[in-house]
Amino acid sequence: MRKLFEKIVQWVLTGSGFVTSIVILLIIGFLFTEGAGLFRGRVIEEGYVLALNKENPVSRLTAEQIKGVFDEDIANWKEVGGPDLPIETFRLEDVDRYFSEEELGPQYERAGEAIVGWVEEHPGAIAFVPRVMIPEEADLHYIEDRTISPAEVFAGAEWFPTATPAPLFGMLPLLAGTLWVSLFAILFALPFGLSVAIYMSEVASERMRSILKPVIELLNGIPSVVYGFFGLIVIVPLLQQGFDLPVGESGLAGSIVLAIMALPTMITVAEDAMRSCPRSLREASLALGATRWQTIYRVVIPASMSGITSGVVLGIGRAVGETMAVLMVTGNAAVIPTSILEPLRTIPATIAAELGEAPAGGSHYQALFLLGVILFFITLVINMSVEYISSKNK
Amino acid sequence: MESPRYPDRYDLRKRRSQWVAFALFRVFSLFIAFVLFAILGFIIYKGVGVISWDFLTEPPTDGMTSGGIFPAIVGTLLLMLGSAIVAFPVGIMSGIYMNEYASRGWLVRFIRLMTNNLSGVPSIVFGLFGMALFVKYLGFGDSILAGSLTLGLLSLPLVIRTTEEALKDIPSSYREGSLALGATKLQTIWKVILPMGMPRIITGLILSLGRVSGETAPILFTCAAYFFPQLPSSIFDQCMALPYHLYVISTSGTDIEAQQPIAYGTALVLIAIILVVNLLAGGMRRYFENRLKTK
Repeated sequence: MRKLFEKIVQWVLTGSGFVTSIVILLIIGFLFTEGAGLFRGRVIEEGYVLALNKENPVSRLTAEQIKGVFDEDIANWKEVGGPDLPIETFRLEDVDRYFSEEELGPQYERAGEAIVGWVEEHPGAIAFVPRVMIPEEADLHYIEDRTISPAEVFAGAEWFPTATPAPLFGMLPLLAGTLWVSLFAILFALPFGLSVAIYMSEVASERMRSILKPVIELLNGIPSVVYGFFGLIVIVPLLQQGFDLPVGESGLAGSIVLAIMALPTMITVAEDAMRSCPRSLREASLALGATRWQTIYRVVIPASMSGITSGVVLGIGRAVGETMAVLMVTGNAAVIPTSILEPLRTIPATIAAELGEAPAGGSHYQALFLLGVILFFITLVINMSVEYISSKNK
Repeated sequence: MESPRYPDRYDLRKRRSQWVAFALFRVFSLFIAFVLFAILGFIIYKGVGVISWDFLTEPPTDGMTSGGIFPAIVGTLLLMLGSAIVAFPVGIMSGIYMNEYASRGWLVRFIRLMTNNLSGVPSIVFGLFGMALFVKYLGFGDSILAGSLTLGLLSLPLVIRTTEEALKDIPSSYREGSLALGATKLQTIWKVILPMGMPRIITGLILSLGRVSGETAPILFTCAAYFFPQLPSSIFDQCMALPYHLYVISTSGTDIEAQQPIAYGTALVLIAIILVVNLLAGGMRRYFENRLKTK
């Protein structure tokens, strides 16, 4: 009886040992199923068609071209490989401007015919209308509706998830924004992080260390939303005045806040690595007549390089995945950043800002999950490289 | 003292570069301490005037431009409790398994790798996952249950790691002594190992609660309510939470200017929770260390 009980407990404990692995698998599973759905989605909004005059030979348009056409950035069919004809766009919202009430009928029951007639009369027309409105016998030509291709998503330079008729899910601006902010954050954090780590492990007196250690722990404990709030109230206005910017919310504000947030991880890991550098190495160096500083940068730092690198990489990981603080201070403009002083937008901030408004199961929703998958893999790679670096040392 | 073998100038340069380097390190370190005190000081200075009994015990009023933050405080406490119920038992059991049962080798390495990976997953990804699994797939909706589960999974790696480290430091002679007296493995763990590791495990648990109290991203889509002045009546209700409340009133709302004092007050309450958690954990660590020493 007793033995059976022990066996059961052992099974339960074994089961709980695998719980993190199961959670990781579940995360991958759920994020993937939702994210991959994006590539089964259609370029053109569901239930709608883009109708052309039947003389018009154009039948393929990319999502970006469709957006250009309807934003009137593209004004002639020859720009998208068609005949030399000016483009005339028609959206359903415009229906009252194009047609009189008699033409449409009191309940809009003749709207479909009216639109078809209009498209047939105008050789350069393109109309964005619900499929059900077009009468079956209408003699029109339609833009081919394709599924969204990975190239458009991963190499696309425009993120307009709510654009009609064709939303754009180009993730490059978000990827660039994330890397840009994290890069600068690490550049700011690196000198401070290493200095503090060296100071705490090699230079500081025991008393000084006992003051700094809780400071670092507290910095680590402050919630990211408080950092974001502080950044919004203090750092953003300072930058706006200091650099004379139109808006203070910028990549720079984000990187400063992220640098502060990445510091504790960096310092703790690097300091641990340096403290575990064997005493004999230091003593040998000092005995040879080297000063303490020479010992530090010629012996201690090279000997604990893998630990220091781990600390820095973990700091990058923290910066890449940080959501709330970045969301609050970077201004969230989804454009490929050209300067760190401009607003930009990161992957986590995009998910946090847009998921609440994206209708569940739609392309936008799925695109946000795909961003989650990308983020997950970025941090997975970062973690794996930390494991690799520290295992190489042993 | 004998005269130095090196030329004086070389020696001087060596000492000067050391002086410069160390001074720089000290300045940088003091600067970091200054940054922390600037953040804390600023929020305490601006927030302390807002804190009053009414602020802590009243719901928000007038489109969140006045009133208190009581529902948010309650919500955060509920989420801390919920995540503890989710994460603590499983996390501690997992830690025990890793240190006491699993045979050293690739299996432990694999589990540890997975735990480390999970601790590196960004909190917003937990939010997405919680939304997909708990809110949508299991149909809990935006609820305290879904939020607690998500936050519990987020704090799991921390709980596992602290448990494992606490148990690792217990000398194996204690295990052997207990086993030699005829105790079974389970009895040894229950009567010897766990009581000895408890102080450090509890310290780690308190710190993980602190982390949970400040997380925003995971509850954005699983639990947090923009405005929910009455207290939740079941675990399937939404709730307000301090970090989300701070985010909302500092970035959106009807009147950002009028909301600002409330934002300072909310930030101060959040920071107070973190301070209390850190002091509690630090105090406990010292207390138990002293007790061990005097024994």
